[in-house]
Amino acid sequence: MKKTKLFSYVDKGTIIHKLSGLTKLICFLLLSFASMFTYDVRVLLILLAISLIISYIAKFPFRRYKIVFIYFLVFILFNFFLNFLLAPGYGEELFGTRHVIFVINDYFTLTWEQMFYQFAKLIKYLCIMPLGLMFFFTIDPSEFASSLNGIKVPYKACTVFALALRYFPDIQRDFTNINLAQQARGIDTSKKASLKQRIVSISKILLPLVFSTLDRVELISNAMELRGYGKAKSRTWYSYRHLVKRDHIAIAVCILIFVTVLFMRYFVVKDLFWNPFI
Amino acid sequence: MEKKSFFGKLDVKTIVATALGAALFLVLFYFVKIPSPAPNTNIQIAYGITTFFGALFGPISALLVGFAGHALNDFLAGFGVWWSWVIASAVAGFFAGCAYKYCDLEHGKRPGKMFFIFNIVGQFLAWVVIAPVLDIVMYAEPMETVFVQGLVSFVIDTLSALVVGYILCVAYAATRSSSSSLDKE
Amino acid sequence: MKEPIIEFKDFSFRYYAQKKPTLKHIDLTINKGEKVLIVGLSGSGKSTLGNCLNGLIPFRYEGEITGSCKIKGRETKDLSIAELSKTVGTVLQDSDGQFVGLNVGEDIAFALENDNVPLEKMRPKVKEIAKMVDMEDYLKSSPMELSGGQKQRVALAGVLIDEVEILLFDEPLANLDPATGKTAIALIDDLQKKIDSTVIIIEHRLEDVLYRHVDRIILVSDGEIILDGDPDEVLASDVLRDHGIREPLYVSAAKFAGVKITPDMHPSSIDEFSLKDEDRAKILAWAKSHMETKVKDEDILLEGRDLRFSYDGIKTIIDGISFDVKKGEMFAIIGKNGAGKSTLSKLLVGFEREDSGTIYLENRDIKDDTIYERGKEIGIVLQNPNQMICNTMIYDEVAYGLKNGGVKEEEIKERVEETLKICGLYEMRNWPISALSYGQKKRVTIASILVMRPKIIILDEPTAGQDYRHYTEIMEFLERLNDAGQTIIMITHDMHLMLEYCDRCITIVDGKIYYEGLPSKALVDEKITEKANLKMTSLYDLAKIVGMSPDDFTQSYINAERSMRHEKD
Repeated sequence: MKKTKLFSYVDKGTIIHKLSGLTKLICFLLLSFASMFTYDVRVLLILLAISLIISYIAKFPFRRYKIVFIYFLVFILFNFFLNFLLAPGYGEELFGTRHVIFVINDYFTLTWEQMFYQFAKLIKYLCIMPLGLMFFFTIDPSEFASSLNGIKVPYKACTVFALALRYFPDIQRDFTNINLAQQARGIDTSKKASLKQRIVSISKILLPLVFSTLDRVELISNAMELRGYGKAKSRTWYSYRHLVKRDHIAIAVCILIFVTVLFMRYFVVKDLFWNPFI
Repeated sequence: MEKKSFFGKLDVKTIVATALGAALFLVLFYFVKIPSPAPNTNIQIAYGITTFFGALFGPISALLVGFAGHALNDFLAGFGVWWSWVIASAVAGFFAGCAYKYCDLEHGKRPGKMFFIFNIVGQFLAWVVIAPVLDIVMYAEPMETVFVQGLVSFVIDTLSALVVGYILCVAYAATRSSSSSLDKE
Repeated sequence: MKEPIIEFKDFSFRYYAQKKPTLKHIDLTINKGEKVLIVGLSGSGKSTLGNCLNGLIPFRYEGEITGSCKIKGRETKDLSIAELSKTVGTVLQDSDGQFVGLNVGEDIAFALENDNVPLEKMRPKVKEIAKMVDMEDYLKSSPMELSGGQKQRVALAGVLIDEVEILLFDEPLANLDPATGKTAIALIDDLQKKIDSTVIIIEHRLEDVLYRHVDRIILVSDGEIILDGDPDEVLASDVLRDHGIREPLYVSAAKFAGVKITPDMHPSSIDEFSLKDEDRAKILAWAKSHMETKVKDEDILLEGRDLRFSYDGIKTIIDGISFDVKKGEMFAIIGKNGAGKSTLSKLLVGFEREDSGTIYLENRDIKDDTIYERGKEIGIVLQNPNQMICNTMIYDEVAYGLKNGGVKEEEIKERVEETLKICGLYEMRNWPISALSYGQKKRVTIASILVMRPKIIILDEPTAGQDYRHYTEIMEFLERLNDAGQTIIMITHDMHLMLEYCDRCITIVDGKIYYEGLPSKALVDEKITEKANLKMTSLYDLAKIVGMSPDDFTQSYINAERSMRHEKD
């Protein structure tokens, strides 16, 4: 396994990077929920455009994430195919009309409605993906916990996120070492081994990994308590950035988008889907 | 012996353990993928971690392990957070943690039948009820697809959660059993 | 004016989980501004004593207290961990585990965050404290990017920010290389003078702490204070050695030579150590009588030729290394953190593959061997045994590598039992591993590699975190294996270890070999020690005092030590 540089945040100094982590979290949630609540292709296309614009401003290195995109595409195509296989008539059901493209047999009939539904879904996936990626790409991991605390998640739960991010690289390194050391003793987790054999082998890696991780709990919690963690009802965060004007503007814009989407959904289209067939 | 609270302790030690559990979950979820016989589905060893942490630290801890671990994985993978499944992982964790009150790993006892019942119920609710329903509500997925996916996930994840979780619980209990009866031979 | 800040009066403590008290009738007063060193073996109760000061006892580890322990006149048991943390700042042994923030600034600020200090006050304060420990340029760095010494500075800053009056260091040197340890001791000393605090250091690496002056040495053994006195007096006596604590090398050398040490010779510091002419002559004569060296001249077993490696294709970690290991050698790879010594060992066992160069085992290029095939020839023992053990029973753990290779059941039994006998574990073969001590677990992991009958065993920091007694136990076991013909390679930054036990060493600096040869020479050469973050041994200074070449003197000391060890067996 190559050494992966995960969670390696780089401050590119763009306006997006300069926003407070709290702003990023709020905007991310608003935009994700906006794209979650609608299937209106027109709205989705606009949301997609917005998230692409944000990616552009934030200087997102699309090329470096090529593999992720390819992986994602394969996943979507598989889903696409599965969708048709399991529910070829779902489009008709949704839109109430039937415009046949071609017929394979009674069950597998490809309709424009089905194509349109699946296209909407594709756009929706495409919408959600860069949002998450963008959020992840532009947020300083050390701001993550304070941002969560900023939207009123209890601080002890926020600590769980912060510490998980802190110790992830350590545990990843341990995992690699243990895995290799067990391979040197003849454990086989490769594709050659049978499924059962592989599960047994992996649990042999898991035991030392989990138990040596548990060994650290006491030390870390002692270190935290010795510096006063957990005694007060709240805490402040060194990495927190106060909201300034640009943060307020960003949040306002996202609220506006969110409200517009809901308005379209419940008062204009009054349905999850925009129906071009009637 | 002190009486165990249903929700488990919520002291600093548990918070730290939960965080490390989430990091473990993340490492395994991200790096260990065993393809299952069903297409495009992997056996996720990571659910064994929620099951084990549930039995050892209780429902709140396991819920957070599942939630934080799965959410961070989605961020890491770059797919965007798939909330319906993240929430399902959290629910599965919560139910795994319900076994806490009935387990006594700390004193070297193996998990009993409540461990299996809660985990099976939890996995069922998570993958056959919560995930599909949320998929339909949030993402307007067609019923047929989500329930088939849900059922497949249920079978595979329950199996890995129980097998891996049980192995971990038994091994942990074994390290806790009294060693006073040992003699050199 | 002496003003007591810590007072133990007839203090005893028993953990609820244990039958016998861990601390017994402790009477101890520490005055404001004093610098005290507490020494003792693992399990002696010295860490328990420390935990009584910071409140982990009785608030975290519960137990029965009798007598009194007062800090600034207040009973600790009436306070809380949080309240005590405002007076007593604790720097723990593992500065990596103690680092809970995602970056340096966050970690230093941790205590303030918990006090709900507003950001406007917190930021300048963090900067100020970071400056005190020379870390102000690293506020954004993550723990992965820091060295062990830097992490420790951060840990220190993290408690200084609370403006504590007592600084408690629990084994501060355990994870540091010698040069960094020396700097750490100097930093502690300078800080103490600057902020006028009381310092308590719990440590068994006596010589390294004595690099700077301490006011008192307290020896704890079996839960009691055996000795509490001026460092010169303590070192003049033999009490430390009798209790398993290693004396400074120059003191033992003088004692070996039959010099009677008295407090007025100032044995606590090599710079002030004064020897009469007749004593010098005695030491010189003793050293000359131990000069002969045996050189193992065997065939070459393992050969690395011009090895190069990089993880990411940008930064070269191994930059053209060539070396030989001879059959039956005890061989050390030394160098500071990040120099490439662990990476080199990974190349040897096939965990990573060299970008170019060749590794020959008995003249055979082993490039195409799988990890398992190499594992049978060159076994590796990881530093932390808990990261290797994957079975619950000792027998199964040792048999594991053979079972995976499809060896027949009878042969497995025979080989496992034989290995267990060699490792002194045979009587415990049916025990669960959880019943073993750390050192015994270490042996199990060595046995689990040994059973594969590898031609070479590589050990990564075999004695890390062990006190002198356990260290000696592990090393003497390895020496016995070596005497029986086993070739051993050790990766270490422990100078004593390589000095006393290894035949040859290579020193790696920035991915290249800087020195290859006898360990005794490596540690008396200023250039080498500086490059490799090692420390000149105090034998160097003593050699100068008595007028002998430092490497000959060091070699004589090693020879004398070894022959004494063998007489004991």
